[in-house]
Amino acid sequence: MSQRQITFEILRYDPETETEPRFQAYCVPCEEEWVVLDALNYIKDTLDGTLNYRWSCHMAVCGSCGMMINGEPMLSCKAFIRDLPAGTIKVEPLYHFPIERDLVVVLDDFMDKLESVKPYVIPKKQRPIEDGPYKQTPKQLHQYQQYSMCINCLLCYAACPQYGLTPEFIGPAALALTHRYNLDSRDKGRRQRQEVVATHEGVWECSFVGACSEVCPKDVDPAGAIQQMKIASTADWYLEHLMPWRRS
Amino acid sequence: MAKSNKPIVWGLFAAGGTVCAFVIPVMILITGVLLPLGLFGPPEASYESMTRIVSNPVVKIVLFGILFLALWHAAHRLRITVHDFGIRNDQLVARAVYGFAGLFSLIALVTLLSF
Amino acid sequence: MSRNPYVREVPRTTWYMRNNRYIRYMLREVSCVFIGLYAASLTVGLVRLAQGDNEWTHYLNGISSPTGILFSLLAFGFACYHSITWFNVTPRAMRIPKGDGFVPGPAIVSAHYIIWAVVSLVFLLMMGVL
Repeated sequence: MSQRQITFEILRYDPETETEPRFQAYCVPCEEEWVVLDALNYIKDTLDGTLNYRWSCHMAVCGSCGMMINGEPMLSCKAFIRDLPAGTIKVEPLYHFPIERDLVVVLDDFMDKLESVKPYVIPKKQRPIEDGPYKQTPKQLHQYQQYSMCINCLLCYAACPQYGLTPEFIGPAALALTHRYNLDSRDKGRRQRQEVVATHEGVWECSFVGACSEVCPKDVDPAGAIQQMKIASTADWYLEHLMPWRRS
Repeated sequence: MAKSNKPIVWGLFAAGGTVCAFVIPVMILITGVLLPLGLFGPPEASYESMTRIVSNPVVKIVLFGILFLALWHAAHRLRITVHDFGIRNDQLVARAVYGFAGLFSLIALVTLLSF
Repeated sequence: MSRNPYVREVPRTTWYMRNNRYIRYMLREVSCVFIGLYAASLTVGLVRLAQGDNEWTHYLNGISSPTGILFSLLAFGFACYHSITWFNVTPRAMRIPKGDGFVPGPAIVSAHYIIWAVVSLVFLLMMGVL
C-alpha cells in the first residue's frame, strides 16, 4: 500500500492555559485506506499524546467521533483521506457547540433538549409482563424506522445554521427522534411532546435549509421529519382553534 | 413555553408555495414577457382582450386566489429571510410584510370585483 | 481540572458565506422577493386595466421597458428555481402510504413535474398563446 505525507491542521484548545483556540499542524504518513480518525490516532500515539478527541467504535455506529473536516461536519471514522481534496486537511471541533478541549465539545445543551422531548415509548397504559410483548406489523415499523437510525452524532446540529444563530432551537436530531416516537404505534405520548415541538423553539425555528439531512451519516432526514411535524402541528392548531369542542 | 401561533401564517405560506410553484413561472412568461413583446397585439387590442378575460367570474376567483396566496407566501418567506440576513426586529418585520401582503390582496380583490 | 468552554460565535449577517449549500438556500429564499414583487406588479396592472385604456398603455410601456423585461426574466428564473426546490422536497414533507411502506420519492417528484407542465400548457392555451 502506498503511503502519503499529509499535513493536518488541528484546532487545539487548552482551557487551563489558553484563552482561545489555535491551529497546530502535524505531518502524518497516511496509508491509502486510512480515515481521518486513523490519522488522529497516529498523532496521539506517536507525535503528540496531549491531543484530545472522542471516538469509540471506528465503524460509524457509536456517533462519538463527529468533527469538522475541511469545514464539513463528518464522522472522522467514515471520512476516507483519499476522498478528500489533495492538500492540507483542516480538523476542527463540531461547529455550534462550545469547545471543552481540543476536538471535544460540550454536549450538555443537546442532552437537555433530547430529554425535553421524552425520547422513549410512552404507552397509554403500562402492560403487565404476563400480557406478553407489544406486537407491531411491518407497516407500523416502516412508519418510524428511518427516524430511529439516529446515532446522536450531532453532525446535523453542526450543519444547522438556525441552531448556530438561535441556540434555543430544539434542533434536528432531537426533533427527528420526537417524530420517531410520535409515529410509533406503541406510543401515546405525542400530546406531551407537542408542548415542546409546537413552540417557537420547536419546529417553528426551522426554515428547511436541509443541511442536517445532507450531512446525516445515517440518512435519517431530520429536515423531512420536521416538515411533517409542521404540517401536523398546523392541523392541530386549526382543529384546536376552529373546532374547540374537539379538544378533549 | 407556550405553543406558537405560527401555524396560521405557515399554513398560508405552504399552500402559497405549492400554488406558486405550479403557476407563477408560466404567469410571468405570459404577463411579463409575451404581453410586453406584443403577443396580444397593440395596447388597444390587449386592453380589450385583457378586460374580457378578467371579467370572467372564474378567472376572477382563480386570479384572486393566486395573488392572495403568492403575496402571503412571499411575505412569510421574506420575514424569515430578513431574519436570516441578521435583522432581528421580527415583530416589526412581520407587521410590515403581512401588512403589505394584506393591502395588495385587498386592492386585488376590490379591483377584480369592479370588472 | 478547571472547565472553561470556548464559544465560537456565528457571524449573524454573513454566516451563509461559509458554505455553498447555505448560499443555495439563500437563493431559494430570495425567490420570494421576485414572486412578491411580481404579484404586486400584476395587481398594479389590474388596477391600471380597471382605470382605462390610457392607464393600461402606460402600464404596458412600463413593463415593456428594458428594466421591466429584465425584471420579468430574472423573476422567471427565480420562480422556476422556487418550483424545482419546492417539488424536489415534497415527498420528504408529505409521505404517501402504499402497501407496507410509502410511495417512492422520485415518483412523487415526477408527478409534480408532469402537473407543472400540464398547468403551464393549460394557461398558455387559455390565453390563446398556443
